[in-house]
Amino acid sequence: MSQYQLNYLEQLENESIHIFREVAAQFEKPALLFSGGKDSITLVQLAKKAFAPGKIPFPLVHIDTGHNFPEALEYRDWLAKEVGATLIVRKVEDTIKQRKLTEPKGKFPSRNWLQTYTLLDTIEEFEFDACIGGGRRDEEKARAKERIFSVRDEFGQWNPKLQRPELWNTYNGRIQKGENVRVFPISNWTELDIWNYIRSEQIPLPSIYFAHERDVIEHEGQLVAMSEYVQPAADDIIVKKKVRYRTVGDMTCTAAVESNAVTLDEVINEIISTRISERGETRIDDKVTEAAMEDRKKNGYF
Amino acid sequence: MDLLRFITAGSVDDGKSTLIGRLLYDSKNILIDQLEALERSTKNREDGSVDLALLTDGLRAEREQGITIDVAYRYFSTPKRKFIIADAPGHVQYTRNMITGASNANLIIILVDARLGVIEQTRRHSIIASLLKIKHVVVAINKMDLVEYSQDVFNNIVIDYTDVAKQLGLENVTYIPISALNGDNIVDKSENITWYEGKPLLDFLEEVEVSSDVNLTDSRFQVQFVIRPQTEELHDYRGYAGKVVSGIYKKGDKVTVLPAGIETTISSLEIAGKDINEVFAPQSVTIQLADDIDISRGDSIVKSENLPQVSNELEVLLCWMDDKPLIPGNKYYLQHNSRLVRSVVKQVEYKIDVNTLQHLPLEGNVKLNEVVKATIKTASPVVYDPYDKLSVNGSAVLIDETSNSTVAAVLIK
Repeated sequence: MSQYQLNYLEQLENESIHIFREVAAQFEKPALLFSGGKDSITLVQLAKKAFAPGKIPFPLVHIDTGHNFPEALEYRDWLAKEVGATLIVRKVEDTIKQRKLTEPKGKFPSRNWLQTYTLLDTIEEFEFDACIGGGRRDEEKARAKERIFSVRDEFGQWNPKLQRPELWNTYNGRIQKGENVRVFPISNWTELDIWNYIRSEQIPLPSIYFAHERDVIEHEGQLVAMSEYVQPAADDIIVKKKVRYRTVGDMTCTAAVESNAVTLDEVINEIISTRISERGETRIDDKVTEAAMEDRKKNGYF
Repeated sequence: MDLLRFITAGSVDDGKSTLIGRLLYDSKNILIDQLEALERSTKNREDGSVDLALLTDGLRAEREQGITIDVAYRYFSTPKRKFIIADAPGHVQYTRNMITGASNANLIIILVDARLGVIEQTRRHSIIASLLKIKHVVVAINKMDLVEYSQDVFNNIVIDYTDVAKQLGLENVTYIPISALNGDNIVDKSENITWYEGKPLLDFLEEVEVSSDVNLTDSRFQVQFVIRPQTEELHDYRGYAGKVVSGIYKKGDKVTVLPAGIETTISSLEIAGKDINEVFAPQSVTIQLADDIDISRGDSIVKSENLPQVSNELEVLLCWMDDKPLIPGNKYYLQHNSRLVRSVVKQVEYKIDVNTLQHLPLEGNVKLNEVVKATIKTASPVVYDPYDKLSVNGSAVLIDETSNSTVAAVLIK
């Protein structure tokens, strides 16, 4: 290998940093949508590198469903302080009250759909013109077809028909007033790329990504953590299992996987040998309909 | 382990989706739940086989509205390489789709149906590959099972295509006889094609040398963003953040800032805030200069010994991508990497027939999917290299000032 050659992770990293800098330069008020999950943690690391020795020139925004893992919230606060970024938190709970939204019911009452309302309100409140998200194209087929710079109308809607051609490394972020752009700097990364990057950069993660004991109930083959937000049926059996999380979303719509992996190396080995996709294994919400993600995006979702 | 980006050109009829499905499937990059979903949707097939084409199936919006979104990206990896496939539909709006997908590709796979040989579509895909200067071409001669794995059929197609390649100046062309449906020469060497001595497709994709495609000779850098922390300890820090488009920069290099034309020296180079002596393409870096010069986004910093072109009049090829036609005399923004300038398309000289490369007179306005030769005048100078010499610094887009849409791909002559 010549000394002027980048390995694939370095290539991805450099591409993402380039995208971050385009966002900072092209927009008046960008924001980084931070969920506490590994993808948005990776985004923060990339943003840190893109603007060093300066600080990240935009706030971290967390749309808090109220159903988060406490470990993820703790990590969120620590990280914002660590990188010296402004943290803006807006709660779905408040949107539900203000807008008299109907809470979903059922055993696992997911507020995933409702997040969109809070997100759009937050965008309006702060007049964000670009929202940076951790979506990856390998996750799901609607994401596979979305641009890196994805223009949304004033309702936040994604229109797959009206996407701008995205050529070379040229990103056209010009918008009309009221529109905003969702930017996905890690579009070209896969789940495994993220894990490998976290390992090579030695990025600390919330503890729930590693094996720990937890009370869970089994639901259609998936393990869902017991919490105050879950309403188990009378015949549900609560068992203690050693689990870790592969993705971190709401406690109501993210499933755990059984695992003994307590180090990054062990987690990566498990992921390499697993034969089930990330969303398929851990997301309860994507299973509702085959086009679930496509529908949510068209309604203004991340 | 490195990265290969490739585009597959062809239509459903050529077995393109089957080929991509086969690559993902045979390289074990399809996971159980995806496979189950696939099996569910193909349960009704008579022979009980899995339809690999469904792996690249589209969105509901596409099915419902009969549209095709121009490019979908697929990812897979082997222990040797990570692959990014730009999957562009072949039939509809092929020019726009292919150019979008091909703009970042190191390699193109052109699918040829063994029964049909080199047809108009093959020429069209090859012409676009040559316009965009894609460095590596694989001609995958598919459906060999339907011509009894005949070596004569294969050889005749190679002879025909060699002519096409010669006309178009395509240099690195590799021919592989395959059957995507049966998996011949995709991941494993075919047992049916005993006369073929080359590698199966995946082996070739894993081994083709692409690192030398990066130009390390002509050093080009464009400022994306100026980093000014303005803190106490970094009070006077002024770093020019951007990507090394091509070439190599070292601390102490004599550089010229363009289009202003001011000379200075590189005083420091940084990656992610760490001081470094030497940087190279395509790294994202931060440059500090010895002198205090007024520099903003879109300005170029190049080595003084090797200067690019600077001009406000550009001879270009335009690939029109918008439903609204190009009206000569209209104003557009020209975005050349991070430099945005107002421009006007002054004159359209001729249209290029993408089936024959012939120059045709333009009748009326330039319409979607047409490729034309034009002259663009810009409000301030553009710092560029001819696309054919250094594509990364010779490509741009046009943006409609009123709709903000990206309306054309620009290849600077």
